[in-house]
Amino acid sequence: MSTLETAPAAAPDTGNAEPGKGTVGRVDIVNAHKSFGHVEVLKGVDLTVRPGEVTVIVGPSGSGKSTLLRTINHLETLNSGYIAIDGEPVGYRLKGNRLLERKEKDILAKRTGIGFVFQNFNLFPHLTVLENVTEAPIVAQGRSREAATAKARELLDRVGLADKAQAYPRQLSGGQQQRVAIARALALEPRLVLFDEPTSALDPELVNEVLDVIRDLARTGTTLIVVTHEMGFARDVADTVVFMDQGRIVESGTPAQLFGNPQQERTRAFLSKVIEPAFNI
Amino acid sequence: MSVITNTPAGPPEGVLGQPAEPRKAAPATGLPATFDDGTEHRHSLGLLTADGTADGITGGATDGTTDGGGAADSPVPALPAGADLRVVPARHPWRWVGTALVTLLVAGIAYSLATNPRWEWGVVAQWFTAQSVVNGLLETLKLTVIAGTLGFVLGFVLALMRLSASPLLVGVAWTFSWIFRSTPLLVQLLLWYNLGYLYEKISLGIPFTDVRFFEASTTTLISQFAAAVLGLSLNQAAYSAEIIRGGILSVDAGQLEAAAALGIPAWRRNTRIVLPQAMRAILPNAFNEIIGLVKGTSVVYVLAYSELFYTVQVIYNRTQQVLPLLLVATLWYVVITSVLSVAQYYIERHYSRGSVRNLPPTPWQRIRANLAPGRRPAHPAAPNPTTASPAAPQAAGQEITRKDLP
Repeated sequence: MSTLETAPAAAPDTGNAEPGKGTVGRVDIVNAHKSFGHVEVLKGVDLTVRPGEVTVIVGPSGSGKSTLLRTINHLETLNSGYIAIDGEPVGYRLKGNRLLERKEKDILAKRTGIGFVFQNFNLFPHLTVLENVTEAPIVAQGRSREAATAKARELLDRVGLADKAQAYPRQLSGGQQQRVAIARALALEPRLVLFDEPTSALDPELVNEVLDVIRDLARTGTTLIVVTHEMGFARDVADTVVFMDQGRIVESGTPAQLFGNPQQERTRAFLSKVIEPAFNI
Repeated sequence: MSVITNTPAGPPEGVLGQPAEPRKAAPATGLPATFDDGTEHRHSLGLLTADGTADGITGGATDGTTDGGGAADSPVPALPAGADLRVVPARHPWRWVGTALVTLLVAGIAYSLATNPRWEWGVVAQWFTAQSVVNGLLETLKLTVIAGTLGFVLGFVLALMRLSASPLLVGVAWTFSWIFRSTPLLVQLLLWYNLGYLYEKISLGIPFTDVRFFEASTTTLISQFAAAVLGLSLNQAAYSAEIIRGGILSVDAGQLEAAAALGIPAWRRNTRIVLPQAMRAILPNAFNEIIGLVKGTSVVYVLAYSELFYTVQVIYNRTQQVLPLLLVATLWYVVITSVLSVAQYYIERHYSRGSVRNLPPTPWQRIRANLAPGRRPAHPAAPNPTTASPAAPQAAGQEITRKDLP
């Protein structure tokens, strides 16, 4: 089942250098299966994300796209199959043909190389914006408070929130909170950032300020995987668009291929539902 | 679906048969519509502006998508121009009546307390600060602090065990709470104190061998104090474990997930991310427990331990002044509880950071604000006419700060 013909494309980065364009952050998903009870959510997903690319996953709700994203950094475990980042599985250790579950400490260390941005932001409400961003670099990567603070201020400046460092999350708008959450994910200097419907909980007028930040990020060469319903964003930013339905990848391709000339009937049906209302207004 | 015949404005007639207000039959919206049932309805999407003219939404009425809602045609009273409006708070006359009754009741109780000689306030005052009573008070405080601290620390560990993924830890924590919550504290205290009867010696070594690293007689090891601390702490731990577990469960699961996704280690996740947020749910119950513990320490009188309650018992057995001495103990318990209640207010306030946008002022800040000269008017938006200067209109929209006023 999990025959590993997918060799790592690049030497794994040690993590302390700024990831260069297209060298780290390769993701290989091989025959991923996941069930919740009797419900099979992922029915054998194969996907390769090349380093530095932006992959956008679209599909109807319940298609398994969020679950797939969560299995990549081991927030959910797989029932069978294999996910590797830069050739190394996140939650497991390969021994012979068996995958041994790692100790939690090792999984946590692996995760610091992967940023995750949640639909509901999940900022820590009792910590200031600055503390939200510096917490993980200090305790999970052992950086000094000064270095972490300097880095955090730089990132907050990049997402346009330098003046909000001392505010508490509830004092910010949804769009601002999500930008802080992105800064928090970037503070670990990840080789890969996963976005789980980052704009779904936002008021329509706040969506663009978050998408602009992700657009900027796409230009820096960090590998991004974005689950979203924003088709315009997918068309503009994605290198690859993946369409998922009922736990399987139906088809994938460049935005021009997938939006302009979808090969599968299900893709066409889905796109006709989501694109028409979005572009006809 | 409705068929709209764009007939010229016929005799104006409202939905409910009332004559429509002539002014509202203004040309922009007054389109009578004929529906399936053949009745004639008048759509009025007009919004009356302050000067009473109909502000029609054009287009809305002509595309036939509006419903035949009847209420739309009820006459809307014209509002006066906004500048003259003033908000009058609701009056509560019965509150004054209630206040008078409560005042009367309190005065009656106070009078009876002051004048009934059988309360023997002189005896109370005589014993209130007596050395033996103060010593007993200090013992009570010592037991409360030690048992409270040990109880909550152990309770936190037990709560984490209960919530862990390990079936072993869950089972051990559950059994602990089960045992200590299902036996009376009195029995636990007496068992600890009489442990020497059950087991003469306590030793540490390798079971089923003769190897002993440490050995002592139980009676020397477990004094009254040790029995009291053991009994109170372990019992407290069982209860506080449940309180802390409830608090942890009240924290959104997304918080743990976010912390895990950031690679924050488990212990740090619990102490830095979850516990501070759980504190809001834990604190009210925890203070209940601590206040209960202050008075609960009086149970250790069964061990003849000279804390506050046991001390006054000894005194009144000698002097026969039972009620005044019970009052002495009671008053001290009131003092301790009052101090704890104030502490509770400020500690809860501390942990509400981030869960409210701005903290409300403390009672003390409120009193100072009210006593300060030139305090804020009750309705900053409506300046007092006596102080309003001709320049006031520009300032009306701004917040009035204290220094702006005389």
